[in-house]
Amino acid sequence: MNLNELTIKEARQKLISGEISSRALTESCLAQIKKEDKNIQACLLLCEEEALAAADKADVRIKMGETGDLLGIPYLCKDNMMTKGLKTTAGSKILENYVAPYDATVIKKLKAAGAVLLGKTNLDEFAHGASTENSAYGPTHNPLDLERVPGGSSGGSAAAVAANMCLFALGSDTGGSIRQPASFCGVIGLKPSYGRVSRSGLLSMTSSTDVIGPLAKSAYDAAVVLKAIAGVDSLDATTAPEAVEHYDQVMASENMENNQSKKSLTGLRVGWPAEYFLKELNKDVLLRLQEAAATLEAAGATIKKISLPYTKYAVPVYYIITPSEISSNLARFDGIGWGLAKDEATNLQDFYKQTRGAGFGPEVKRRVMLGTYVLSAGYYDAYYKRAQAVRTLILEDFNQAFAEVDVILTPTSPHPAFKIGQQANDPLAMYLEDIFVTGASLAGLPAVSVPAGLVATEDGKNMPIGAQLIAPRLQEASLLRAAKILEKK
Amino acid sequence: MSISREEIEHIAELARLKLSDAEIKKFSPQLDSILEYVGHLQEVKINKVAETANVSGLVDVWRADEVKEWNREEVLNALSQGELEAGQVKVKKVL
Repeated sequence: MNLNELTIKEARQKLISGEISSRALTESCLAQIKKEDKNIQACLLLCEEEALAAADKADVRIKMGETGDLLGIPYLCKDNMMTKGLKTTAGSKILENYVAPYDATVIKKLKAAGAVLLGKTNLDEFAHGASTENSAYGPTHNPLDLERVPGGSSGGSAAAVAANMCLFALGSDTGGSIRQPASFCGVIGLKPSYGRVSRSGLLSMTSSTDVIGPLAKSAYDAAVVLKAIAGVDSLDATTAPEAVEHYDQVMASENMENNQSKKSLTGLRVGWPAEYFLKELNKDVLLRLQEAAATLEAAGATIKKISLPYTKYAVPVYYIITPSEISSNLARFDGIGWGLAKDEATNLQDFYKQTRGAGFGPEVKRRVMLGTYVLSAGYYDAYYKRAQAVRTLILEDFNQAFAEVDVILTPTSPHPAFKIGQQANDPLAMYLEDIFVTGASLAGLPAVSVPAGLVATEDGKNMPIGAQLIAPRLQEASLLRAAKILEKK
Repeated sequence: MSISREEIEHIAELARLKLSDAEIKKFSPQLDSILEYVGHLQEVKINKVAETANVSGLVDVWRADEVKEWNREEVLNALSQGELEAGQVKVKKVL
């Protein structure tokens, strides 16, 4: 087995025992990127020199007796998070030459933990999309079938983990952007609770739902990364003050390692919401989810049918709130102080318009326009205020469900990865990709996508599909325990 | 419902976006279909339902108003990204 194929857990054991060095591990990931990324195009930037220097530093720390969970572990980061001294483009032409002056809080934490940043991954421009086709730097390809999308917007991160270019990657999830690409690429994708992880240094998209989380090769690895990046931060006033749990130990302590007969999920009540399993659902996806439910049952959980009646309104609510917040958050890209500047204009208004017209791609423009429209005089009450009220009803749906169950099981996506270009000219079809993932985002709940097996595509290929688990706010530990049982299949 | 060309141009003006003729032609039907879809929210009864803008459960997060020195190198890096004049960020003429 090549070193780049190891999980965090396996690599850490080998690093601590001295069997391998972080330098060798890092070199193995860099070699894999150089070999595979010509075709996959998951990475926008590689920082080879810095990575090898960080690996050498980690090796010294390990020799001194340090045993940190992520010490010497190589990772990639979605290119909408600030990485000091490195370009941070958000997949946009407007930030083509932007060099981050400081590190995002998550990057600072991972640096302190001794993790090794290899580079930055591709994304839909400003994380606006569900396929990574909206990147100004070209699409990322799904490593399992290069003709297909990896999902999005954290498609570069998901593809990189699936192709073993790194041991884990950071993504951001606003309305499914970690979970849906995890489903399409067959990896674990964890969206923590809103406020569990600091967004300081994450380029703002939808401030009321944006969350940073890991894409990883196992639930245990996702737990280890979450523990490292979670916590209150004075630079992000929305961060939760509650103590960060030892998610990895919660999973290990249940003796879940090798012993399924112990029924480690005894007492766990799993909700099966009717509205996520309508009769139109792809039959193979339904079968994989039924198998997932059976796996949880075999581990001692009980399955209970529940109802989340406002589910069908989650996407309409999301596509009012999200463009609204985007139109406001992206107002800062005005060509002054940093970023692209179009200097032909003679007056300020034209300068703004030309800079933004040239710097933003079509989906960003569409969302800024949509947000500006629904927030404009005469439409605000009918769209934005109404959407915020329906958001309350969606939240109440979940609250009522969680009075009866501990976690909710759904598909992550209605289908496996689609072909590049297949939906490029139909923005509404692309928005409907988010049908199963926006609810948890609007309600701020933690959710994870776990590989649930393969389903047949229209041309007879087998591609992965994810099962999504959703838990009450800050209940990442129970989410990850259930995820660990599911991934065993 | 259908958005007129004038409305598209007005929104683009508000959003400070220069759009080409081709973009206006392309966005017009796309925005129509998206607005028709999100318009389904009109059928929901929302009498007296409070609006949710924040799901953090937090209210008024305070901290002491302390001056903290920002790393000089980071300040210079931040300032060096755009047009400078005599060490100051240059903005466009307003009047």
